[in-house]
Amino acid sequence: FIKMLSNRTVSVLKWGRCEAYTAVYPKVPDRVLNFSPLPSLSSPNRNLSAFPAQVYMSENGALPRLGKVLTADTMNANVKKVDYAVRGPIVQRAVQIEKELKEGVKKPFEEVIKANIGDAHAMGQRPITFFRQVMALCTYPLLLDDNKFPEDVKNRARRILQSCGGNSIGAYTTSQGIDCVRHDVANYIQRRDGGIPSDPDNIYLTTGASDGIVTILKLLNTGEGRTRTGVMISIPQYPLYSASIAELGAVQVNYYLNEEKCWSLDISELQRSLQAAREHCNPSVLCIINPGNPTGQVQSRQCIEDVIQFAAKENLFLMADEVYQDNVYAEGCEFHSFKKVLFEMGPEYSSKVELASFHSTSKCYMGECGFRGGYMEVINMDPEVKAQLTKLVSVRLCPPAPGQALMDLVVNSPQPGEPSHQTFMKERTAILSALAEKAKLTEQILNTVPGISCNPVQGAMYSFPRITLPERSINEAKAKGQAPDMFYCMKLLEETGICLVPGSGFGQREGTYHFRMTILPPTDKLKTLLNKLKEFHQKFTQQYS
Amino acid sequence: MYAPPTETENLGNRKSRNTGCDNGESLRPSHTPTGCGNSYSAGYCSFILSAKASAGRLDGKMREKTLTMDTLNPQVKAVEYAVRGPIVIKAGEIERYLEEGGTKPFSEVIKANIGDAHAMGQQPITFLRQVVALCTFPELMDSPSFPEDAKWRARRILQGCGGHSLGSYSASPGVECIRKDIAAYIEQRDEGVPSDWENIYLTTGASDGIMTILRLLVSGKDSSRTGVMIPIPQYPLYSAAISEMDAVQVNYYLDEDNCWALDINELHRAHQAAKQHCQPRVICIINPGNPTGQVQSKKCIEEVLHFAYEENLFVMSDEVYQDNVYAPDCQFHSFKKVLYEMGPEYFSSVELVSFHSTSKGYTGECGFRGGYMEVINMDPEVKAQLVKLLSVRLCPPLAGQAAMDVIVNPPQPEEHTFKQFHQEKSSVLGALAEKAKLTEQILNAVPGIKCNPVQGAMYAFPRIFIPPKAVEEAKALGMQPDMLYCLRLLEETGICVVPGSGFGQKDRTYHFRMTILPSIEKLNVLLGKVRDFHIRFLKEYSGLE
Repeated sequence: FIKMLSNRTVSVLKWGRCEAYTAVYPKVPDRVLNFSPLPSLSSPNRNLSAFPAQVYMSENGALPRLGKVLTADTMNANVKKVDYAVRGPIVQRAVQIEKELKEGVKKPFEEVIKANIGDAHAMGQRPITFFRQVMALCTYPLLLDDNKFPEDVKNRARRILQSCGGNSIGAYTTSQGIDCVRHDVANYIQRRDGGIPSDPDNIYLTTGASDGIVTILKLLNTGEGRTRTGVMISIPQYPLYSASIAELGAVQVNYYLNEEKCWSLDISELQRSLQAAREHCNPSVLCIINPGNPTGQVQSRQCIEDVIQFAAKENLFLMADEVYQDNVYAEGCEFHSFKKVLFEMGPEYSSKVELASFHSTSKCYMGECGFRGGYMEVINMDPEVKAQLTKLVSVRLCPPAPGQALMDLVVNSPQPGEPSHQTFMKERTAILSALAEKAKLTEQILNTVPGISCNPVQGAMYSFPRITLPERSINEAKAKGQAPDMFYCMKLLEETGICLVPGSGFGQREGTYHFRMTILPPTDKLKTLLNKLKEFHQKFTQQYS
Repeated sequence: MYAPPTETENLGNRKSRNTGCDNGESLRPSHTPTGCGNSYSAGYCSFILSAKASAGRLDGKMREKTLTMDTLNPQVKAVEYAVRGPIVIKAGEIERYLEEGGTKPFSEVIKANIGDAHAMGQQPITFLRQVVALCTFPELMDSPSFPEDAKWRARRILQGCGGHSLGSYSASPGVECIRKDIAAYIEQRDEGVPSDWENIYLTTGASDGIMTILRLLVSGKDSSRTGVMIPIPQYPLYSAAISEMDAVQVNYYLDEDNCWALDINELHRAHQAAKQHCQPRVICIINPGNPTGQVQSKKCIEEVLHFAYEENLFVMSDEVYQDNVYAPDCQFHSFKKVLYEMGPEYFSSVELVSFHSTSKGYTGECGFRGGYMEVINMDPEVKAQLVKLLSVRLCPPLAGQAAMDVIVNPPQPEEHTFKQFHQEKSSVLGALAEKAKLTEQILNAVPGIKCNPVQGAMYAFPRIFIPPKAVEEAKALGMQPDMLYCLRLLEETGICVVPGSGFGQKDRTYHFRMTILPSIEKLNVLLGKVRDFHIRFLKEYSGLE
């Protein structure tokens, strides 16, 4: 407990109660310091009104306190089961090392490179000027009179503010999100999907995509024992899924992506996994991440169709995590939304299959993670359940209004003919083509390292290479009670300052080892990083063979 | 009274889902293809209709919905949140009806249901918006129209952000320099009581923090299930969160005859009674009170803390209205400070979390979803679990964190903007104090309405007399009597207030909550309309005409 207090408090407490206490805090009323023994505290029903309120402490301070209310033993057991590797122990150690470097501790490197998380701006990516201009105007509307801002910026800001309570971004919005933003999102989806209609009433703004995903899982979570909801997730997966499943006490149902076939999804594997799960739970929801995180694959249209057919046949609720929809790099790959494929499959599917798809301001070319913007579109949701969803989101009042405004700009970006269009397109293209280049670079360099094999990064923001670890390092890790790839990543961090996330945090086939790294650092830095990684891997392999 | 859990209801909902193909659920009209009419384009709709014959069939089998009211998470179903409940939905409908040219006996809906200052016309604090705008669009640093003190605050915040961008993720507990500013603010507010910045966690509004802490605390089964003591009347976030987590709600009643004061004997009674059914482990206090507006005396806080100490209860102190104290004989005392003053026996053992927010006070920045919590005496292992849990949601919105920073680090007397800032702040708080008094006075002049002094916060919660005939009519409609009253008020005057039943109240007493936020002119009109309505309502139902 001492560790948790500031030095000042510790010194106060260490000195024996009263003297130091008055020294630091002279306004303490005298009566608190004049202790007298308490009347009996053992009788639970004693009448407190007969008990002078100011006399609380016994001479020796030994009141029958039972210890902490909230301990590792008494806390919510489901919370304890939650694991979130992307910000797990390795990242905590990285932060610690950063502090040590600042304090002048000598290390074999000068800076920590956090390639653990898809945080574009932290890696030096510049925000899109248009977005930030509109956001500044929404925040400080006096700037609407400033002639330095282009007209399309002002128009967007005015339109957003007009639909905010009191024309202020500081007002609560409706819980589902600002009306005009939901309309813009629906129009965007309709355009993106080649005219397939989207209903603004089906759009819910969220606090980042994570919030939407957790909310939908919350609705689906029910039953006990064998009827408990099973949630099918890909392995490897983004650990938000496993973490939410653990917290909700649902059953995690793994289906494995096929690493040999570029992390593609195999329907027979879905079938296998579902059959096995039905023995012990009620699998009722199937989660897909496309483009894949951490695996970077982009699903083919055929594969999506097969998945939808499978979901329809097996009565599964579909959750499509499409936050990387603009991050497709590989030639021959294209993003297909689940919504579009579903509707192209005809009404027997499009009027039945329940689908929620998710998008966010944090990824793609925007990388605006800090704004916590996002939306979800729900299709074919039972109207009564939808009312329950609206009620549930209303308890949290509303998603952050700046994040909603930003989401609006993403779906309603400058059009040809508007003054900001050219700059916007230039910035957007520069970011996306740099990402494409870095995706290729990462794959190429990693594949030159003996003992590392990396699938093409078709999309998203990560590579998830497979690493071969010498038997001896595996044994040493196990002796330490560590996952072998955690052992590897920790050593990498300590020796090079590179922070990656071990594959075990995402799930992987037994006996295989991976790590996830973002491709976000600027090209030069990425090259340095990859070369350091290469050297480390060779050294590591030598040391343990 | 101990509120029994909705056990029977839950059991009913947990029955395994109906898998018969002739389930009426799947044949409800809204699920058939014709249900697409509401906003789908006509062309698309006819496309769907032409294929109607094959709709609803998959491999010869009807597909039912996966997620229905029967299969929905029963805890979600149990959630109620009156502040955005049916009456507010109705108000929204009326607003749209008016917009579309419909006629009503009034020209606008006045939403006095929620503490949304900006929506009621309160102007944002200029300085706060300047800092956030500078953080959002740092090119403005070169603009001479922004004051230097705003610029250096923005620079400092940006230096604490990854890549100096508000668009990067922050550490999950929040931006470090903002946590430090908050700790310094608390120390200053509490006249030197130490605050450790590592005990500070930024949140997405206070609601998020409250839910997170409750999530840690809820555990056990049946009679060892966590009981959460909450005041009645309460802010319905608490009851909603308790329902969602399937914890046990333990009501303690505030004393309406004594200006909604908290009576320590009532705490004992509630605690004793609850122990029969559950394990009460946490006590929630809202001070200043929502919806009841009382400001707790220091003595009362001491009693509560002593009670928590004796009964081994975790204390959650909701202090979001700490700057909203109007009554001249009242003062805000933080639980933290009072705990410290009670001496180290208390200060080193009672587990306390207190909450604050950007949404209330004099800033009213609800849309930013900013807030923080300070965690005292939490078991270090549990704290690690808390950090892990927060990390799954990545981070609170950065703009909200920046707004929080301005609130805890406002312009100082020697700074350029101090005068304007101070002027804006006192004008908001001065007007609120005036409106608090006005509301109480006008309401108390109405026969059949009795309103306690609005000592603090942003609401009046008057008791209303509802004639027995109206009570009977409501019951016949399956409605709470105060819901009937509020619906009639809305229909006849356009004023939207929340029925007391949404907050909880003693049996056979009726109330409503209204904010005091409208401008003085509007508030005068509003109160006049409430008075006229109430008199009309009494006449109509008491047959005294």
